[in-house]
Amino acid sequence: MTDKSQANEQRSSGTAVSQNAAPQLAIELAGINKHFGPVHANKDIDLKVTRGTVHGIVGENGAGKTTLMSILYGFYTAETGRIFVDGKEVTIKDSSHALELGIGMVHQHFMLVDNFTVLENVILGAEDDALLQPSLDKARKVLAQLARDYELEVDPDALIEDLSVGGQQRVEILKALYRGAEILILDEPTGVLTPSEADHLFKVLETLRKQGKTILLITHKLREIMAITDDVSVMRQGAMVKTLETKNTDPAELAELMVGRRVLLRVDKGPSNPGDVKLEVRDLVVKDDMDITRVKGINFEVRAGEIVGIAGVSGNGQSDMLEAITGMRKADSGQLIVKGKEVVIKGDDGAAKLRDMSVAHVPEDRQELGLVVTFEQWENAILGYQDDDKYGKGAFLSIPAAREEANRHIEKYDIRPANNRLKAANFSGGNQQKIVLAREMSRNPDVLVVGQPTRGVDIGAIEFIHNQIVAMRDAGKAVLLVSVELDEIRSLADRILVMFDGHIVGEADPATATEAELGLLMAGVSADNAPESDKREANNKESAK
Amino acid sequence: MELFDSLILLLDSTVRLTVPLLLACLAGLYSERAGIFDIGLEGKMLAGAFGAAVVAALTGSAWLGLFAGIGVSVAMALVHGVASITFRGNQIISGVAINFLAAGLTTLLGQTWFRQGGRTPQLNGDARFNGFDFPFADQLAEVPVVGSIYSELLSGHNVLVYAAFFAVPITYFVLFRTRFGLRLRASGENPKAVDTAGVNVNMMRFKAVLITGILCGIAGAYLSTGMSSGFVKDMTAGRGFIALAALIFAKWMPVPALYACLLFGFLSALGNFMQGAELPIIGEVPVQLVQALPYILTVVLLAGFIGKAVGPKAGGIPYVKER
Repeated sequence: MTDKSQANEQRSSGTAVSQNAAPQLAIELAGINKHFGPVHANKDIDLKVTRGTVHGIVGENGAGKTTLMSILYGFYTAETGRIFVDGKEVTIKDSSHALELGIGMVHQHFMLVDNFTVLENVILGAEDDALLQPSLDKARKVLAQLARDYELEVDPDALIEDLSVGGQQRVEILKALYRGAEILILDEPTGVLTPSEADHLFKVLETLRKQGKTILLITHKLREIMAITDDVSVMRQGAMVKTLETKNTDPAELAELMVGRRVLLRVDKGPSNPGDVKLEVRDLVVKDDMDITRVKGINFEVRAGEIVGIAGVSGNGQSDMLEAITGMRKADSGQLIVKGKEVVIKGDDGAAKLRDMSVAHVPEDRQELGLVVTFEQWENAILGYQDDDKYGKGAFLSIPAAREEANRHIEKYDIRPANNRLKAANFSGGNQQKIVLAREMSRNPDVLVVGQPTRGVDIGAIEFIHNQIVAMRDAGKAVLLVSVELDEIRSLADRILVMFDGHIVGEADPATATEAELGLLMAGVSADNAPESDKREANNKESAK
Repeated sequence: MELFDSLILLLDSTVRLTVPLLLACLAGLYSERAGIFDIGLEGKMLAGAFGAAVVAALTGSAWLGLFAGIGVSVAMALVHGVASITFRGNQIISGVAINFLAAGLTTLLGQTWFRQGGRTPQLNGDARFNGFDFPFADQLAEVPVVGSIYSELLSGHNVLVYAAFFAVPITYFVLFRTRFGLRLRASGENPKAVDTAGVNVNMMRFKAVLITGILCGIAGAYLSTGMSSGFVKDMTAGRGFIALAALIFAKWMPVPALYACLLFGFLSALGNFMQGAELPIIGEVPVQLVQALPYILTVVLLAGFIGKAVGPKAGGIPYVKER
């Protein structure tokens, strides 16, 4: 009873505000800072969110969007900075405090108990009494009401594990609304949804906005931003770059802001001299661990003596493609052909198999995939090649041989400090990257696959790494370079392929292509160039008509 | 009729042997449902048995003994809690440590204090939990079948026996019908969901561990002051582990836990009953074989007969909020 009237009151007040001439701020953040160890996840963030609007926050993976929202939701505490909710300064101690302030969050990974029913999940933490039954009865009524108001239909007695992903997401939204959330934060809500589920979600968000709720939508999908938001804020590398009105911007501008325009580093390189095809990918389809198709049938080839650059906003399937090409993940279908021979990956030894075929891999994430950071540099210098006869025969490792190899790497690749007994964790980012590069390049491979070679690397090291990659090309190696740094791709690659939503949507010549053209391709705007028609886009177009 | 009487005796013995298993099993149920594995049920029960016997011997009161047993067991449970919740230690190692600590300390202190080879003094009268008879038990004993069930099987146990069986519906109610139970179960399944709902996960887990301590203490007190009349070195004899097996067998549900414990209790009773008994064809049954039956059954059941026993998903994993 009280709850219903409260809800009505909130709704009417919400409408009143949205009709108000001077829009009020639902949320204001000022000077928010947060570190995770050495990572500065949020740098002096300012943000103003107008009540009754849908406010998008875009940025690449790792730009600090989720951290910022988690601070707002009280899951993390900011080191410095001030938070205002409805104009009042608050210190959000924990999630329950955020809920009291009317802030609800729909997490990217749902915070649901799989073997509980919908009702149980909805009331968890918001039970009225020591006994459950009254709360369950109340929640059943409220859910029925919410379902009518917002098209949020879910069977209240279903177990979470029996619901579709879209259904689970509706439960998350219901959870927040049941707690009286006026401000709703959605973290990458469409990442796991089918197109029709995503359409349904947008309809729900539209209704919520009409009822005066404020919505913060975190995403890296520009199409969603354009489709539903009123304002959009762009984050890059932990900093808030800009806040724009959605109607005054376009995907190309946003893409550019997201990826960032850096001082173009000049790399001295002559024209390429492509030879035989060394690496070929045919109709590659890759699914991730959650069984979502990330790479949707791509084709390309890399010849000896050329650098092929794969550009794109991160999260468009590049990582999954890299994993498939380097044998870390089994492709769902399609062919991988190395030096004319098809590679079939069956077990877990795919990465070793490709290494044996002289395909070297500098992984995207050096700390997770490239190094064992608690190992010393000399150990890392032979990792993956430790069974070579060079480093000892049979079961025994020849430590002197390995140390010698490590010292050669240190000298040739200028790894500092020049100490092979130092743990990898104690080297700087640039030197860690050089440890990996040295290991992979000094094998003199025929094919070099490089992911994000200069992420988190200082300027000096970037130049060195770039020159090494060009040197590999000039030595007649086939180089595949995947990077989200557009400048890096433009200055290194001899051919640019742009990936968007699991497809290669275009090819460009770095000498002639402008940043704007590439930005449009990366934003998936000129879908006409797409070799295969994307079902989802087709659906959207149809529904737009 | 002789066979029927034997059966009643066997079942009566089953009831008594089930009680410590059941209490320990329910103890483990609370802890593991909240996400804290507890392999130290055995140790807590043993320490509880010792504490109860010592205080009962010194004061002459079984009730004071019971409280002492609970106190000792709770103290050990809190050690496990601090190690595995606050300091995020390995829950198995912490549990093993508790078992060793209990086994060593009870023997050492028992010998130092009483000099009877680790035993505590014989308990008599009010220092033990004695059975009490239901109304008209004597009169009804003569009635065939129903009478002996009533007066032999149901009546005549001590208060802890009835408490143990009564704990089953209470546990069911607490876990599935109360706010506390909902949060406790959620803490064991997806603690992050609990945290984001604004509930303190570690506090929930501590409460669960506390209940585990209380129940283990009661189980221990029953062993030394109810079933026996004093503490004997290593008197739990693996019951804590059998209780864990029963817990898995019951898939972490209270009512199935009762059945599992009754089954294991029955096998123990059967083991005692068959000592020296002659069976047709087989001849005299080796005592050791019968006594090994519960353990053999545990292995066989756990190895395949009960299907996949999936415990609480977050079980054994300390909850860490910051990444």
